Amino acid sequence: MRASTSSLRSKDLLGIEHLLPEEIELILDTAEGFKEVSERPVKKVPALRGQLIINLFMEASTRTRVSFEIAEKRLSADTLNFTASGSSVEKGETLIDTAENLVAMHPEMIVIRHKYPGAPKMLADRLPNVSIINAGDGSHEHPTQALLDAFTIRERLGQLAGVNVSIIGDIAHSRVVRSNIHLLTKMKANVTVAAPPTLLPAEIGKMGVRVVHSLDEAVAGADVIMMLRIQLERQGKLSFPSLREYYNTFGLTPERLKRASSEAIIMHPGPMNRGVEIASDVADDPKRSVILEQVTNGVAVRMAVLYLLGGAHDGE
Amino acid sequence: MNVKKRLLDGPRMNRAIRRMAIEVLEKNRGTEDLIIVGIRSRGVPIAERMAKEIEEMEGHPVSSGILDITLYRDDLTTIAPQPVVKPTKLPEPIDDKIVVLVDDVLYTGRTVRAALDALIDFGRPKAVMLAVLIDRGHRELPIHADVIGKTVPTDAHEVIKVKLVETDGEDEVLIMEK
Repeated sequence: MRASTSSLRSKDLLGIEHLLPEEIELILDTAEGFKEVSERPVKKVPALRGQLIINLFMEASTRTRVSFEIAEKRLSADTLNFTASGSSVEKGETLIDTAENLVAMHPEMIVIRHKYPGAPKMLADRLPNVSIINAGDGSHEHPTQALLDAFTIRERLGQLAGVNVSIIGDIAHSRVVRSNIHLLTKMKANVTVAAPPTLLPAEIGKMGVRVVHSLDEAVAGADVIMMLRIQLERQGKLSFPSLREYYNTFGLTPERLKRASSEAIIMHPGPMNRGVEIASDVADDPKRSVILEQVTNGVAVRMAVLYLLGGAHDGE
Repeated sequence: MNVKKRLLDGPRMNRAIRRMAIEVLEKNRGTEDLIIVGIRSRGVPIAERMAKEIEEMEGHPVSSGILDITLYRDDLTTIAPQPVVKPTKLPEPIDDKIVVLVDDVLYTGRTVRAALDALIDFGRPKAVMLAVLIDRGHRELPIHADVIGKTVPTDAHEVIKVKLVETDGEDEVLIMEK
């Protein structure tokens, strides 16, 4: 049996890469308690009363920003939303200057989404008294997405160890896949990735995953099929002939799904490109698609992270 | 810590819990609208045992649930690390019900204060009662128990250790000295 822990070692959540398996387990266990809070008549607890959390979103986001904001409000924290457009960032202010000005308002935590990998780490190093939570940095990591995916898998299948997870799509540009591979391999799940060669980093095999080049191979034997969005905004030019072509070779259609186990669940971190990486009939499958459960669980998992980072820090 | 005195052994604890169950029944004239709710963690097995005693006496089951008060504690911003959060499980809406809160030890009253706040977020009970296995005094808030297994005068430096088969492998209550 693995040693359990009752606290996180770091004041920040910058990624999954540096978390211990028992820290991941603590976050997931804590999230179970918070899922129940979201089902109450009064969906609010006083745990973070009086704490100020700044949501610093320097890149477009709907789901993650809204999910963090709901989580913060359900914990009774005060929230302040700061987006790049319409702010002094447009006047040329640097990230560090923006952050130091925000810190002068004494927040306890900053949730940051940024297009540059490592931006949350830079803030965390500069701001010793503020907890920094990475809500997605470029193509580096998106830890809370991986945690909510793991929570959903564990809730549906009972465990993570030994579960066969196939991740299919734009592996090259996805921070979600990087965080998910770190998390799932740490928790002893078996991870397979599949993508056209142009969307598959050469080094991906070194992360401890099986690499296949067709959707059929990836789907066969999978307990979890995780489809990724084609990130057109991060590609200089299209890495495949056309979207139609992509759908024909790597889109998850009802016919292709027949090769998977009838128990397999279908996940997608959103936003979906229907008819590109996933067929509408598959995305809306009432029995196998857990895409909306992922969204619900996202709030619980983010509440758990905020709660665990929000207490008194050792040495304060 | 040294054991100063053994307050209860297994059989005496069982008798105390049975008597607590009887008192709850007497005060409410039966099980109608009654929900027995244990406060995590050691209030939970005591509540379950009281519910079982009530079922044996009355011949039908009584509702029971679990309350986690962690998120309502008044010391969350000062203690580290953060205490573990687990789900609250109530069997039915508590509106217009008589809720019997159950805990192992009543001391400062702060846990019960948190429990009352937690409970109110689930609805408006007709009444809330408090049942504790041990009342050791030293209240810091205006809170009292309605049903008490054993009242024990203590010094502030003493520690009451409640062990239950379900959580600790054996039934006993000890007074320890720091």
